Amino acid sequence: MASIAVEQALRTDKGYDEAVRDAQKFLPGEKPLVVMHRLKKYFPVKGLIRVRGWVRAVDNVTLLIPEGKTLGLVGESGSGKTTIGRLVLRLIEPTSGRIFFMGRNIFRLRGRDLRWFRRNAQMVFQDPYGSLNPRMTVYDIINEALKTHKIDVGDPKEYITKLLYEVGLNETHLYRYPHEFSGGQRQRIAIARVLALQPKFIVLDEPTSALDVSVQAQILNMLKDLQRRYNLTYLFISHDLGVVRYMSDYIAVMYVGKIVEVGPAEEVFEKPFHPYTRMLLASIPIPDPEYAKKKPPIRVVGEPPSPVNPPPGCRFHPRCPYASEKCRREEPSLVEVERGHWVACWHPLNQK
Amino acid sequence: MKANRCRNPIIVVDDLYVNFYTYAGVVKAIDGVSFCIERGETYCLVGETGCGKSVTSRALTRLILPPGKIERGRILYYPEPGKVVDIMKLSEEELRMIRGDEITYIFQDPGTALDPLYTIGYQISETMLVHGYINKIRKGVSRAIQLLKETLIPDPEQRIKSYPHELSGGMKQRAVIATSLANRPRLIIADEPTTALDATVQAQIMELLRNLKKKRGLTILLITHNMGLVAEMCDRVGVMYAGQLVEEAPTEELFRNPLHPYTRALLRAVPNPLRRIEKLESIPGTVPNLIYPPAGCRFHPRCAHVMDTCKRQKPELTRIGNKHYVSCWLYSRR
Repeated sequence: MASIAVEQALRTDKGYDEAVRDAQKFLPGEKPLVVMHRLKKYFPVKGLIRVRGWVRAVDNVTLLIPEGKTLGLVGESGSGKTTIGRLVLRLIEPTSGRIFFMGRNIFRLRGRDLRWFRRNAQMVFQDPYGSLNPRMTVYDIINEALKTHKIDVGDPKEYITKLLYEVGLNETHLYRYPHEFSGGQRQRIAIARVLALQPKFIVLDEPTSALDVSVQAQILNMLKDLQRRYNLTYLFISHDLGVVRYMSDYIAVMYVGKIVEVGPAEEVFEKPFHPYTRMLLASIPIPDPEYAKKKPPIRVVGEPPSPVNPPPGCRFHPRCPYASEKCRREEPSLVEVERGHWVACWHPLNQK
Repeated sequence: MKANRCRNPIIVVDDLYVNFYTYAGVVKAIDGVSFCIERGETYCLVGETGCGKSVTSRALTRLILPPGKIERGRILYYPEPGKVVDIMKLSEEELRMIRGDEITYIFQDPGTALDPLYTIGYQISETMLVHGYINKIRKGVSRAIQLLKETLIPDPEQRIKSYPHELSGGMKQRAVIATSLANRPRLIIADEPTTALDATVQAQIMELLRNLKKKRGLTILLITHNMGLVAEMCDRVGVMYAGQLVEEAPTEELFRNPLHPYTRALLRAVPNPLRRIEKLESIPGTVPNLIYPPAGCRFHPRCAHVMDTCKRQKPELTRIGNKHYVSCWLYSRR
């Protein structure tokens, strides 16, 4: 098993060096685990006879997910964050662009190589009610993952019990069915199933959105512990900015298929340069009444546009208080405004 | 009556019990809840899934359908100061005349609150027709346009002809709010009105509710699980846990000086996006099953300060400070 991984890691596919060069500038000094290069995903909008248009869910995204760290992906519905999560796991094929995992183009992998990738790149879904088979016991659910990937763990019962302890459950839960568990416990089971395969990379798509705050904190803390212990790499997708800040080392903000701001989490939250990031941050109700009283009123204009016909130029311009003629015509690309902090905006906010 | 802690209440709930008779057993969803809402304030009921905040808000107009049943308790509605209506004694017909007129609801999902087969204008006018403010749907048109204007829906003359599916989630919720304003509302009950909406749209809807309340002198009962919304919207807060009101205080007081171990833990479990947090605190365990709720204080199995009394006896809501009430044995002289 180990020899395959080493062998894989030593090989790199065509275009990788270029992709790393383009993506690494956003996150300098980080070792790439996943690299997305000029990634596009357009979904057809079908009319009665022919395709009427395209939903540009992801539009020319170049991004790097650093090894052992968490990249937080934030944005509103329709921003394309979930589509990116599905693309990096090769659950869907891109319209164009490449994704590399440890140097390998994941859309080129076949046979043994593909199984190696599937095992190492895993996902935890939002809805712990839909992601566990109601007819299988916890033991079967986790053992199925082991059988699928033909992983020999010696005594599966012992191995699975150990996993359950890792996620805060125990052997009394082995032969129970999903309906006997609460939402938080189910999410623990889903995480145990993922850990069983000893992956390197986990996509967490709103993993706590269906949970109550008191339980959410348990799961988030557990995910952080596991990351430290096993050097896991996370892509953390969420619309909850508080949760994203708590979890992430780096943040990428998406707006209608584009990345509009990317940088270290603390920088992006403390000093947002993109007017959209600032609007988003100002929209979040802050659990602090003292702050609420003196909070500067911020005008939130309009609603997110349809990704079928996104506005020309900067996609945020119809809602932006600083929009100029240039913004309406020309699309801005990401530029470095401060060290390691990139913004796609013609008029980045003046930060003093 | 122990519940009336208000000077000029619009609603007083006293010792409310609601059960749900399900196949699995009797769910004791509301267990002796008492509170009042001051006229003109925004009162929040906050809590996690299954704490009974929604059920409580529906019980205010007896909107509890079988297998649910209001077991006992008093609900008094004061349409004007000095005038009192006993909700529990009204007939279904009399209740219907209050619901949708003086007391209106805004629910979480605007998609299901609107009928997909009728235009927005028709649905707003229908509310007025039912309550006898107009005698023909057609006569509601100009008022409907005005209401859409008031809720800041662009191009209202065209929008009243739109069907719900032609509007975005935020616009639908605005239309629902317009409907709730159609007659002469005094109390608006907003049950997680922005949970299904995006962050920027949520901010807009909350701003709208705040302005409408000011302009029209409304009273709002906001049901939410979001501590941020509580901080930004509410005058007073009631914290619910497992069917019981565990703490009540003015908003700033509650955030500054939370007393109940549950409130304290809850506030520390919410990540604040404006702050760097090293380690979030979590509450061990999960919300109890209300078919077999824990005896005594329902929070005791998860509480770090549990004592013997907590396991045996239910604590009463006790006044601790100015308008600050808590039901916890830590604060009772006993």
